[in-house]
Amino acid sequence: MTIQFNEETFRDDYTFRNSDWAIKRFPFPFHEDSYMYSVNMEQHQGGPAGSVFEKRFDVDEHYVAEMKDRALVLAEDPLRCQSLPHMTLAGWDLLELIMVSKSEDYPDLFELHRDGNNWHWINRPMGIEQKFVFMDESTLPYGPMEYITRQAQGDFCVLDQRDDNLWMDAGMVTTQADWSLDFDIGMNFFEWHAPVPKAHEMGIFVRALKFLLNIQQGMPARRLNWTMTVNPLLDTSPENYHKWGVQKTTLTPENLGAKQHLRVELQTFFRLPRSNALVFPIRCYLISLEDLVTVPKWGRRLHRVIRDLPVELATYKGFIDNRPMILDYLAQHDDGLPTSDGIWPDLATEPPLSPS
Amino acid sequence: MSAGTNKIAVTVTDVVPVNELVKRFRFVRADGGQLPTFSGGAHTVVEMRDGDTQRLNPYSLMSDPMDQSAYTISVRRDDQGRGGSLFMHNKVRPGDAMTISYPVNLFSLDLRARKHLMIAGGIGITPFLAQIKQLTAMNGRFELHYACRTPALGSYVDELTAKHPNNVHVYYDDQGQVIDLEHLLDGQPLGTHIYVCGPKGMIGWVRGKAAELGWPREAVHYEEFLAPQPGKPFEVKLAVSNKVIQVGENQSLLEAIEAAGVDAPYLCRGGACGQCETDVIGYDGKFIHRDHWLEDDQKAGGRKIMPCVSRFEGKTLVLDR
Repeated sequence: MTIQFNEETFRDDYTFRNSDWAIKRFPFPFHEDSYMYSVNMEQHQGGPAGSVFEKRFDVDEHYVAEMKDRALVLAEDPLRCQSLPHMTLAGWDLLELIMVSKSEDYPDLFELHRDGNNWHWINRPMGIEQKFVFMDESTLPYGPMEYITRQAQGDFCVLDQRDDNLWMDAGMVTTQADWSLDFDIGMNFFEWHAPVPKAHEMGIFVRALKFLLNIQQGMPARRLNWTMTVNPLLDTSPENYHKWGVQKTTLTPENLGAKQHLRVELQTFFRLPRSNALVFPIRCYLISLEDLVTVPKWGRRLHRVIRDLPVELATYKGFIDNRPMILDYLAQHDDGLPTSDGIWPDLATEPPLSPS
Repeated sequence: MSAGTNKIAVTVTDVVPVNELVKRFRFVRADGGQLPTFSGGAHTVVEMRDGDTQRLNPYSLMSDPMDQSAYTISVRRDDQGRGGSLFMHNKVRPGDAMTISYPVNLFSLDLRARKHLMIAGGIGITPFLAQIKQLTAMNGRFELHYACRTPALGSYVDELTAKHPNNVHVYYDDQGQVIDLEHLLDGQPLGTHIYVCGPKGMIGWVRGKAAELGWPREAVHYEEFLAPQPGKPFEVKLAVSNKVIQVGENQSLLEAIEAAGVDAPYLCRGGACGQCETDVIGYDGKFIHRDHWLEDDQKAGGRKIMPCVSRFEGKTLVLDR
């Protein structure tokens, strides 16, 4: 399939939009009508054709625009991309993983030709062609991690593994749900998760860490996470909270369907071969509520999930003040009918919204 | 979570006697493709089909981690063992088809180290061979202290001393040569990490001395894979799968569980990684815990067992598997 890349923005005039294709393949994160934390991990070994789970690194219509937005963020704040000195090898591992995966999974968009350590990379959507020597940093315009993650959607945390823990020792983080690489750099798994409510008491992180430490080469894993964002902003960082936090006060019942977005992260985990580090790509997908409710099952379910979410979680996810207005909107799309199990839209089998 | 890791079908291309106790095996992919790169210190689990018996033994990869054309391992013959090393030595021939696992690293280099101080005993040299190749390619700083029984049994001594004359120090037991550990540890620059692989006594000695001299725990790395030891046969009830299985004299509990068709998790199969930890539902008898994973109070508590290396003697054992 050839992808038509959107010309769109994630700031100022917010021309971001999802095509019908993008709406139907949106990674809706709720498999039932309620939500609580769980380690919800599964193997990342493909998925249904056309879904965001199918390829190792999903490329969609937002690719080119997201990369332009990343370049803008980095120009304003270079500390969004950091790599501690011992993580360079892991950066080469990541570059290889992404180049090999994209060239195999999207041969019409990306090509990689390798002759020993002399590599030739072609990125058609971004108009990039680069010959370089693998493992020789002087032959690339940036370090290996920065070079390749300027060409890959989603944030990337590169975690060193030692002392039975994971350490946030490198990353490219410009599309984050209100956390800061510059603040977390060098922290271990428990330290960077310290602000998350409830999950520590539930033992979630101890179990999650045990799982992650045992992810092996050739056996990547994935999970979904979610939050809510007003306006289709990729860069909801603490550094720029003064710019986007205030936008949460601009919601009205009239504009809510267009402005309020469900933000879903497809989180994947790959063991990196040469460095034994773990890379944690966090790919952000945004959908406006008015687009989301075009799938009747999702409209019904999201209303129930948001309505029943514990106060601590709605606070942590940053929409507690807007929750009543969001619920007023979503309630119009919940007729109380039962919903089918699982995350898929089930458009053919789930009934349309009953007239009220 | 499924058991173990991805598997790779390989062909044995070379079987080379290194000395009277050690043979080296070289594997290439059966489909002619490239093997995954790995990190120095990684091991692969080799599956051996010996008649009706299936054994899975871990061996450190000793080849260059960047070399995707082949993997090599070295196997020390253990005449008293359960037969895995004897199978490798006596039955495996060039051209044989075998199955190995993707590389798994439980003994990786700490890449923050300013210097890597390696201490090896006997066949414990193998992970260091790959680590040294990795560090050499990255201009990393290392120093190896390698104790062998005799010059004749000094696997890869010649290769190491020829390539790295200033970084490799060899000690022969039969000549009364002993690593002067206290002096060695005392003279290291700040930021040095210690790695030790060898017999249990050596690992305990190095860890103990380093702790005594005030080395941070995080700067001391060790790997000791235990080979499962033979023992008296015993019977086990697997409660989840509702099966009663017999564990043979030369079979590990994990192998017996697998032979019964029950999917059980594992990684190292040597009592080190914790992956196969299994809950005990009931027992009447005595555990023979042999792993490095469980704490002493857990071993005394009778609620957990590591089936890769530990055994049981007594009337009944019921496991949550």
